[in-house]
Amino acid sequence: MITILTNKILNKSSTPSKRADGRASDDLRPFKIEAGVLERADGSAYLELGGNKVMVAVYGPRELHIRRLMQPDRAVLRCRYNMAPFSVDDRKRPGPDRRSIEISKITSEAIMPAVFLERFPRSTIDVFIEVLEAEGGTRCAGITAASVALADAGVPMRDLVVACAAGKSDGEVVLDLSEAEDKDGEADVPVAIMPRTGEITLLQSDGHLTSEEFEKALNMAIDGCMKLSKAQKEAIIKRYGD
Amino acid sequence: MIFIEDKQMVIPGDVLADKEYQSGRGTFKEDDKICSSLVGLVAVRDKKISVIPIQSKYIPKRGDVVIGEITDIRFSMWNLNINSPYSGILPASDVFGKEKRDLSKAFVVGDVLFLRVVDVDEVKKVKLGLKGRGLGKFRDGILIYITPTKVPRLIGKKGSMINMIKDETKCEVVVGQNGVVWVKGDPSMERVAEKVINMIEEQAHTSGLTDRVRNMLYKLLGKENPEEALESEKPEKALEPENPEKEKEPFDEEDEEENGEDLIQ
Repeated sequence: MITILTNKILNKSSTPSKRADGRASDDLRPFKIEAGVLERADGSAYLELGGNKVMVAVYGPRELHIRRLMQPDRAVLRCRYNMAPFSVDDRKRPGPDRRSIEISKITSEAIMPAVFLERFPRSTIDVFIEVLEAEGGTRCAGITAASVALADAGVPMRDLVVACAAGKSDGEVVLDLSEAEDKDGEADVPVAIMPRTGEITLLQSDGHLTSEEFEKALNMAIDGCMKLSKAQKEAIIKRYGD
Repeated sequence: MIFIEDKQMVIPGDVLADKEYQSGRGTFKEDDKICSSLVGLVAVRDKKISVIPIQSKYIPKRGDVVIGEITDIRFSMWNLNINSPYSGILPASDVFGKEKRDLSKAFVVGDVLFLRVVDVDEVKKVKLGLKGRGLGKFRDGILIYITPTKVPRLIGKKGSMINMIKDETKCEVVVGQNGVVWVKGDPSMERVAEKVINMIEEQAHTSGLTDRVRNMLYKLLGKENPEEALESEKPEKALEPENPEKEKEPFDEEDEEENGEDLIQ
């Protein structure tokens, strides 16, 4: 069951927490990651983060037939982020729109630095991210799940990219904004990192933040990434039962 | 310093050891540290660390024997799907010599061939050939796709695993290094072989597999297991001495004895 939270409930809440769902400012929503959920894909992953439900399928490295996309020295990483029409409260018109094209692009750019693309020249690795239910922060959920699916597909990588957002809602810097917090909030900062080295592969910032707030949000997001990273690793190990 | 044990499961980005060790397959070096690039099991040989992947794609290598399916007929060659990111080509001259003949007279789309990788060039064009003992077209039978890195496990030490399947199911079995397995026999037996091969693929990273495969075969065939009675008294078998790299060697002699009658030339 999904309960739709708005910041209006916030004021009625008896708990001292300022956030609608009673989380502390540096708490993630409850999450679950599973690897190898699809039979026919080379690799797959399923991720739940609060009210988000994301399924990722990876195919490849496989033959690329589109000549103009082919890279003579490496593989191309094609990502498609897609929201199901039923994933949001008001039905979303199916098909790619401006937002999902942007997210597809930044997802592929966030994951690319981690993948050894040069091992598979002239081929393609396809990543399909399907958002089944959306509740704020789907791009980060998509990136986190996509790297689990890539590892499951046996694609050689330097590290598992993990993403998490932080932002500002109701005047407070908070981790992992929910849909309500994102909509009524002042700022949203999605961050993707390679946890072993701490390199940042994605950093966006939407809204208004002072430089201190931004730094606080960035550090908070990185801490969130580290927590998710642990779950990613567990998901892959669990897939093979030992 | 080494941070992991032999046969431990690792995932991409795991730090395996520092610079006194050598970086082998499935690993990479970064800032004097050796890290895993794959999901797989660690293999430590002397000072060399490698990771045997659990899942992988076949990358063609000159000299490999593979099973391919014809996908297209072009002017002077056939295109083949060899279960890899790179498709293979079989030049007409390899089959007809200098003679000019209609390509579809020899092989049509959908035919399954046993071939050798003659050459892989820098643009990853995979040239295939049919010259060699046992190479040629398969008639009937079924194809089973497994992960190429599990081929050594399916064959077993000196072919023990594959021979057991062959003997018990009375099927002809041919394994290509690209992870395609061709099985021909009685249809019900083909199904038994398929089940067993899929089970091996699923459990390739576990130990004591040969015994479990034997039990499964007997169960599927409805036979008495002569060892079952003794099983309870036997102590649990220690880690099976599995060595994927070494097991690869018996492969070549293993498969080429077959299908003499299926040869085209």
